[in-house]
Amino acid sequence: MTLTESLPILVIIIPLISAIIIPLIGRIDKSIAFAFVISANFLSFIISISLLNTVMETGRISYWLGGWEPPWGIEYVVDYLSGFVLVIVSFIAFIISVYAKKSVEMEVEGEKILPFYSIYMLLVTGFMGMIITGDIFNLYVFIEISALAGYALIAIGKKRAALIASYNYLVLGTIGATFILLGIGYLYMATGTLNMADLRERLPMLYDSKVVLTAFAFITVGLSLKLALFPFHIWLPNVYNHAPSVVSALMAATSAKVIAYVLVRIMFSVFTMKFDLEVVPVTKILLFLSVIAIIAGSVLAIAQTNIKRMLAYSSIGQIGYIVLGIAISNQLSMTGSLIHLLNHALMKGTLFLVVGAVVYKTGMEDISSLKGMGKKMPFTMAAFTIGALSMIGVPLTVGFVSKWYLALGALKAGMWFLVFIILVSSLLNAVYFWRVIEGIYFHQKPKVRSQKSTTKDSIESLKPEIQNQDDAPVGMLIPTLILAGLCIVFGIAAFIPVSVVTPIVNMLLEV
Amino acid sequence: MEIIQSAQPLYTVAVSLLAIILIGLSGNKDPNLRESWTILAAIIKFFMVVSMIPQILDSKVIEYSLITLLPGLEIKFRVDALALTFATTASFLWIITSFYSIGYMRTLKEHAQTRYFMCFAGAMAGAIGVAFSANLFTLFLFYETITFCTFPLVAHSEKPDAIKGARKYIVYLLGTSLAFQLFAIFLTYNVAGTLEFSNQGILAGKASNALLTVIFILFIAGVGKAAMMPLHAWLPAAMVAPGPVSALLHAVAVVKVGVFTVVKVILHVFGIDLLSQLGLGTCLAYFASFTIIVASVIALRQDNLKACLAYSTISQLSYIVLGVALLAPSGITGSILHITMHAFAKITLFFTAGTIYLVTHKTRISELAGIGKQMPFTMSAFAVASLSMIGIPPLGGFLSKWFLAIGSIEAKQIPIIIVLATSSILNASYFLPIVHAAFFKEPHYAKHQSPKPKQNMLEAPALVLIPLMITAIGTLVLFLWPSLFLDLARIVVAGVTGEN
Repeated sequence: MTLTESLPILVIIIPLISAIIIPLIGRIDKSIAFAFVISANFLSFIISISLLNTVMETGRISYWLGGWEPPWGIEYVVDYLSGFVLVIVSFIAFIISVYAKKSVEMEVEGEKILPFYSIYMLLVTGFMGMIITGDIFNLYVFIEISALAGYALIAIGKKRAALIASYNYLVLGTIGATFILLGIGYLYMATGTLNMADLRERLPMLYDSKVVLTAFAFITVGLSLKLALFPFHIWLPNVYNHAPSVVSALMAATSAKVIAYVLVRIMFSVFTMKFDLEVVPVTKILLFLSVIAIIAGSVLAIAQTNIKRMLAYSSIGQIGYIVLGIAISNQLSMTGSLIHLLNHALMKGTLFLVVGAVVYKTGMEDISSLKGMGKKMPFTMAAFTIGALSMIGVPLTVGFVSKWYLALGALKAGMWFLVFIILVSSLLNAVYFWRVIEGIYFHQKPKVRSQKSTTKDSIESLKPEIQNQDDAPVGMLIPTLILAGLCIVFGIAAFIPVSVVTPIVNMLLEV
Repeated sequence: MEIIQSAQPLYTVAVSLLAIILIGLSGNKDPNLRESWTILAAIIKFFMVVSMIPQILDSKVIEYSLITLLPGLEIKFRVDALALTFATTASFLWIITSFYSIGYMRTLKEHAQTRYFMCFAGAMAGAIGVAFSANLFTLFLFYETITFCTFPLVAHSEKPDAIKGARKYIVYLLGTSLAFQLFAIFLTYNVAGTLEFSNQGILAGKASNALLTVIFILFIAGVGKAAMMPLHAWLPAAMVAPGPVSALLHAVAVVKVGVFTVVKVILHVFGIDLLSQLGLGTCLAYFASFTIIVASVIALRQDNLKACLAYSTISQLSYIVLGVALLAPSGITGSILHITMHAFAKITLFFTAGTIYLVTHKTRISELAGIGKQMPFTMSAFAVASLSMIGIPPLGGFLSKWFLAIGSIEAKQIPIIIVLATSSILNASYFLPIVHAAFFKEPHYAKHQSPKPKQNMLEAPALVLIPLMITAIGTLVLFLWPSLFLDLARIVVAGVTGEN
């Protein structure tokens, strides 16, 4: 077996092994351990890219774990869809690991830093495994790995409230995982197989079986809980609010994407379109929930005073977008949904990294603490502005591309009111993001204004403000700016991600 | 119709984007260098626009496709006669306003001048971008660019009232464009499969009448910048901006971009045949008439000079909408002319309002008695521009009203003539008292004011005065030599009516 053939297993092995040896390396030198985390993440990013490349050229890759032939052995599958999501997740994990150093040093106690990175890599392992596995029980295993790593990461910070947030998440997350496991059990009961491709072949004969219906219901509910789809979202704001900034950023940018990916897998790869539309009206239910999620998430975001909480509620709305496109399930809307996996990862990643930098500099995370930051941290705030404009959906940002496809998909399906929902939600986004932007750039302390009238030259009065400039350290700034830059690059060169997503949609919808 | 492929439209838009960077780099260290970038960019831009005139008058069209984001989403420029009318006016007035801005901002020692000039250049890039856009997506893109670039200008002073006004500004402009205009664009693409402007319109026969009507209403409601009632409240609120901003942006760039978009939608998205078949043109004409009259009546009651001018603008913008909505050749000609005529007259009025504030710090009409003796040049310019607004020959405003009147006869809408006449009387009744008071009344002083005006500054500095004299003379010149704009309007009309 050559190295190229082993690539699918390497995306799991590399983070998993590094999770184990990070504490060992850290005993020698902490900075080497940090460099190791970055290089491990970079390596799995490169491998993901090359996997996606191979898939685009030669089609589906199948890797048999231990050489056992599926459906008996565990199969790892890289197709268009998993290749695409692998690249997103490994890229975000890499960018955030570059960013993490200073932020973690500040928000996590000294002796917990090495375990932090260890669990970080374990979380990445879980995510990558969920994406790549072609075995439905193995999927559950990876869901649990990522979930347990997630609970630990959330609670590892200095904040006491994080413990409660993590505990609540643990309870609800475990309920969700249990639902998923029950569903998987029923599927196995009905079909006698755990391999996804095999399930796809066997299930159509059993579509009227009550066991299969129950299994599907259990899995969907479990995933919705993990996804924080309305009304299962209550755990999410506390988690994003109280977890260390790096963890909030990583979870916001990748966690929901991976679960959404699993939902798509189950709905369109394990089950078929026919089942989703005709046997169980699951798309209708999801449509209904996603519409409420979009509106409720945005409305609740307006009411927040804590910036992390605001972004968390905004995420609930954005998860609604992803599910909306899946629920409409035509070509355009699915494109919108899948491209939003990437786009939302970039936008939310940018915004959370900015917030992390502000927390690092000021220690505060209230929206009001951003006031006047435009002069103090110009580059970081420029990144925030780009991310925010993208969330509003201004043309030439990635947000517009998602919205374009979702709206056209809704119109194609003849569902006008959904376009209305999408636009209302952008208006609400505009309300809560513009409020922050206005505070960043157009806030003058009364003191400064009185100075202005006394100084003769306006140029003079500006000087002390310029000296105050105190932007985030380069190690935090560059990853933030890269993500913000990509919000624009993929907003203009939107045809690049779309060219990757189009074959996925064709594959899923069997066009 | 010959199409020339050339990147010149792109360069014309990009020159002010480049200026933003250069202005930003120069910063506060060297204000003279910084301002020279503004002037240089303005002049280069104007000459680039002007250099395209011969080709356009030759009935050619210049096109340039920059990038295709996605199928249907293309950034593409097209320069035709309509685009050039607006671009010539806007880019010429940018030069004038740049000088005026420098004089105004330096005299008042305003803060954040770097930001001010950067945003100004950005807004101009947006205005020319809208003018040159070849499809709805490009138009929407630059339309939003203007919104975002002008927000800092409106909020310039950063005082609570400025922030409040700017907030209203962004809520109206961003809100309407995101909620309605974008909706209309989605629907248009869904129905027509393209967003590209065409002389015959792109929607004919593509959808049911009811759907087309909905799209039309969404478009009209979505162009908040046109300040049609009831979506006009942002314009008076935006008057908290410094004088030159009000002048260029709220008499020329922002609001004219709004009406220009309406004109584009009527002529190049729907097409006049489709609209007259649907009967929507007439509806819009009467809707615009309502705004014309009501805004003028409100203007009568204003004591704040800039607020009065703002309502006058709201009224005048609807003239342009009205003319196009008549769907008659002369009406369209009148509209296109009015874009330019109103721009020169209104910018003069805003310049004078700014100058009065600069010299005397007076903002109220009731304080202006006798000011003509103190500031003869400024107030003469004010008088000339007012007469042009009322539509008295030999000033530019007369020409456009003349064509609008003929247009309403062609469209067999006689009540429109009454609207035009009424509005002229209303215009006269709020402008002439100001002029009369300024020249023929003795100044009366309130108790807390000093009995004499400050003697240190009687007339405005030359950098402020010369620009407003130029634009005032411009209204006269446009009456005497309107051939360029008439020719451009003729080409537009020939294109959309299909007669060559």
